[in-house]
Amino acid sequence: MLSSQIKSNEIVFGSCNKNLLEEIIFYGIGLGADFVEIFIENTDNSSVLAEEDFITSVSPSFGRGAGIRIFKEKKDGFVSTNDLTRNGLMRSVSQAIEMLDIIDNKKREVFNGLNKHRDYSLSKKKWINEVPSIHEISEKLLVSTKSLKKNNKIITRKGSYSRNLQEVIIASSDGTYVSDIRLHQTVGLNVIASDAQYRSSGSRRFGSSGMPNEFRLWDHEKAANDVFESSMNMLYADYVDAGQMPVVLANKFGGVIFHEACGHLLETTQIERGTTPFENKLNEKIAHESVTAIDEGISEGSFGSLSVDDEGMEPEKSVLIKDGILKKFISDRAGELRTGHKRTGSGRRQNYSFAAASRMRNTFIAKGDYSKEDLISSISDGLYCKSMGGGSVGATGQFNFAVEEGYLIKNGKLTNPVKGATLIGEAKEVMPKISMCGNDLELAPGFCGSISGSVNVTVGQPHIKVDSITVGGR
Amino acid sequence: MDPREITTQISEAADSLKLKKWDYGASFSNDYSVQVDKGEAKQLKASQKQILTLRVWNHFNLVGITTTSDISESGIKKALKQANIASDFGNKNESTEFSPLAKDPIKVMEIKKRCPVGIKKLLTLLREAEVKLIESHESIKSVPYNGLSESFFERVYANSDGAFRSYTKSQAALYLYARAEEKNKKPRSSGSVKLGYGVEDIDIESCIKDASNKTISHLNYSSIKTDKYLICFSPESFLTIINAFSSMFNARSILDGVSLSNKNSIGEKLSTEALNIYDDGLHEKNISSSPFDGEGTPTRRICLISKGRIENFIHSESTARIFKTIPTGHAGLGSKVSVSPDWIVVEKSEENSDLKTTLDHSTYEGEFVYIEELNAIHAGVRASQGSFSLPFDGWLCKNGKKISIESATVAGDIKYLFKNIVNIESSQEVTTSGISPHIWVDELSITGDA
Repeated sequence: MLSSQIKSNEIVFGSCNKNLLEEIIFYGIGLGADFVEIFIENTDNSSVLAEEDFITSVSPSFGRGAGIRIFKEKKDGFVSTNDLTRNGLMRSVSQAIEMLDIIDNKKREVFNGLNKHRDYSLSKKKWINEVPSIHEISEKLLVSTKSLKKNNKIITRKGSYSRNLQEVIIASSDGTYVSDIRLHQTVGLNVIASDAQYRSSGSRRFGSSGMPNEFRLWDHEKAANDVFESSMNMLYADYVDAGQMPVVLANKFGGVIFHEACGHLLETTQIERGTTPFENKLNEKIAHESVTAIDEGISEGSFGSLSVDDEGMEPEKSVLIKDGILKKFISDRAGELRTGHKRTGSGRRQNYSFAAASRMRNTFIAKGDYSKEDLISSISDGLYCKSMGGGSVGATGQFNFAVEEGYLIKNGKLTNPVKGATLIGEAKEVMPKISMCGNDLELAPGFCGSISGSVNVTVGQPHIKVDSITVGGR
Repeated sequence: MDPREITTQISEAADSLKLKKWDYGASFSNDYSVQVDKGEAKQLKASQKQILTLRVWNHFNLVGITTTSDISESGIKKALKQANIASDFGNKNESTEFSPLAKDPIKVMEIKKRCPVGIKKLLTLLREAEVKLIESHESIKSVPYNGLSESFFERVYANSDGAFRSYTKSQAALYLYARAEEKNKKPRSSGSVKLGYGVEDIDIESCIKDASNKTISHLNYSSIKTDKYLICFSPESFLTIINAFSSMFNARSILDGVSLSNKNSIGEKLSTEALNIYDDGLHEKNISSSPFDGEGTPTRRICLISKGRIENFIHSESTARIFKTIPTGHAGLGSKVSVSPDWIVVEKSEENSDLKTTLDHSTYEGEFVYIEELNAIHAGVRASQGSFSLPFDGWLCKNGKKISIESATVAGDIKYLFKNIVNIESSQEVTTSGISPHIWVDELSITGDA
């Protein structure tokens, strides 16, 4: 008896929660909110680390919580809690209302109840039983780290796997009522090579969404060879000489340049802050005419794909830049409210403790007509960035990112490996200098940290040539 | 929930699952924060969080772990079961035990209890701060990054051997990053962060003044020629570098092969004899101090570099056992226990006769680059290789005049940097990540686009 009473008064995943959600939303609207949104999640995550020939860490984790957001005009109040009972959620609504200092109880928005439940999770409930077991993961990671043991210069070998399974319920006063299950898996290999005073490292990460079998299909031998080769190539590399030079950025993770340099500046959160130079540039040329850039959440299996965003909207394919002309911003609910740019299904958050914000998903520069060789042969003295590290963009638009694996270009040919390079610039100055795009577009997974936490994304591009950029070095 | 009750619940659930050895770390927090935009509330946030990390040891003394935010009876039982399953995959190569110091007395700082001031008060204070900052100079047009927050939390560690310790604390933070614009010039931005135990402890006026002065000081800028320069690191930027390369003093990193140091590095000369570096988590100025680490070991001051030589490493229980020493209070609870520094204190030792004491950032008239703040640490530091290449905010100083440097990076090698320290100023400054004087380093590479 006690058990059933508790259940009727709290959110239960896998059950119909419509009445309780409606009651909470009615409560918020009744207190004077313009808009009420409830985001509830239940997570089941696990990670495994293999070092040398041992499993050194297995970390399961579980979480559940709710984020409640109330809008009054353009202001919003956000409250997060681990308490998913009726009382706990009502208390959170009250707290958000109180924060916004809503005293006008006369003007009330109308809430007509929740729409028919859109359940994107139906075909996904079996995923938890289809993902590899810890035992299976451990065995494959150990085989992978063993594959990295190719000579005695390799002094550390690591393989890591993580799986995030997130079940979400989203309901809001515009009638949205959605459930979904998201599955993200990543696996990575890292080595450090050393010989006397020389040191280098190599790493590669792979990731997918919504594909429980993906880890089993992962070609660990190919990945290990790639990581090993990269670390060996860089072991005796000289430091790059600093200066201005043309660069060719490789495909896949090379796309981090667009993500950092331009993508963030096309999020409506940046318009809200007044920190993007592109705010009033819609339909104006902001990049070289060879550049078309896209942000979308629909490529099957890509790390940044989603059936529905964290505000209950299906993701759209957004052409951000078409032939150098700015066409669209990446927008969420608050972005639409505050800047007027229509939502694009890009309202994303790390978890329930963050309010959603406009965030990139799968973001890439579209392919062009050139081969990689065309790009390299067009440069007499420059840098080829084969593998990129992380990067960041500052408050006034300056970006920088590290080159993990680089090679000098001399007279149109790749020559010596170089290390220690950092690419530095400003988006509005670099975008017009992307003069050639290759025909070999590929995406790569990554994690993007910003205002609403760390979210899964892909970056991508074909090989591209930047006519001139500052390369930091020694 | 009362931590003693949770401990009892865990103990009973562990008994029912026949798990004899366990420990846990937990934290419970209530946080409140506000952001404003041109006088209007932008986002107001409140959160209630609880997180419990449980470890269990199985019959083979292998450890399994689980983290959960569900501390109901069923949640705790589920976590224990999962931890027990995970223990089948426990690290056979390196055992983990309770810290031998988990029952030693801890030093809890006597701090007056602060109460929440509430969202409305936070909002009023931040609105006023934003207005004052914008009004402080005609070129400051907005404060795009701002926030005022207060946090109240409790941390607990307990184990099946009877160890139990907890402490409660509060912390408040204010950050203001202004954006200045002038005609035909690029926008410039800078800011300031202040911490306190409560909102009433934060010197808001000084945060506004710092943010304003820093932002204005970057209005006149110029690019810099790529070359090697004499550098003066601000206390904040030097601490950033030390923290980024703290794996040099980290026993976990040494065992993992990702440190520049090795087991035999104690005594290695890194720098001028004038340099001392400590980790002092219990320093009275450390607002974020914690009296014990993730394994329940008491926090303590430890000397990392004494007179230019490596003196100690920081440890968890297991690394200390391997190094045949005692834990130092730097462990983070996890399936693989992490080790990290708390609060770095840099000072000039008594052996300082080799320093060029004429180098003083406020009086030196020769040419030097003053690095105020280093950026993008996650992208530009290769701790395992010792190299860094980092964008920075700073000035080129000469003849008593200074001009802000436009988009440049400083690059080098940490051991080279240590060796090339030519002066350590006498006066230390307190920052949000530690205490340090200004540090002068000769011949570091700067890349600019002049």
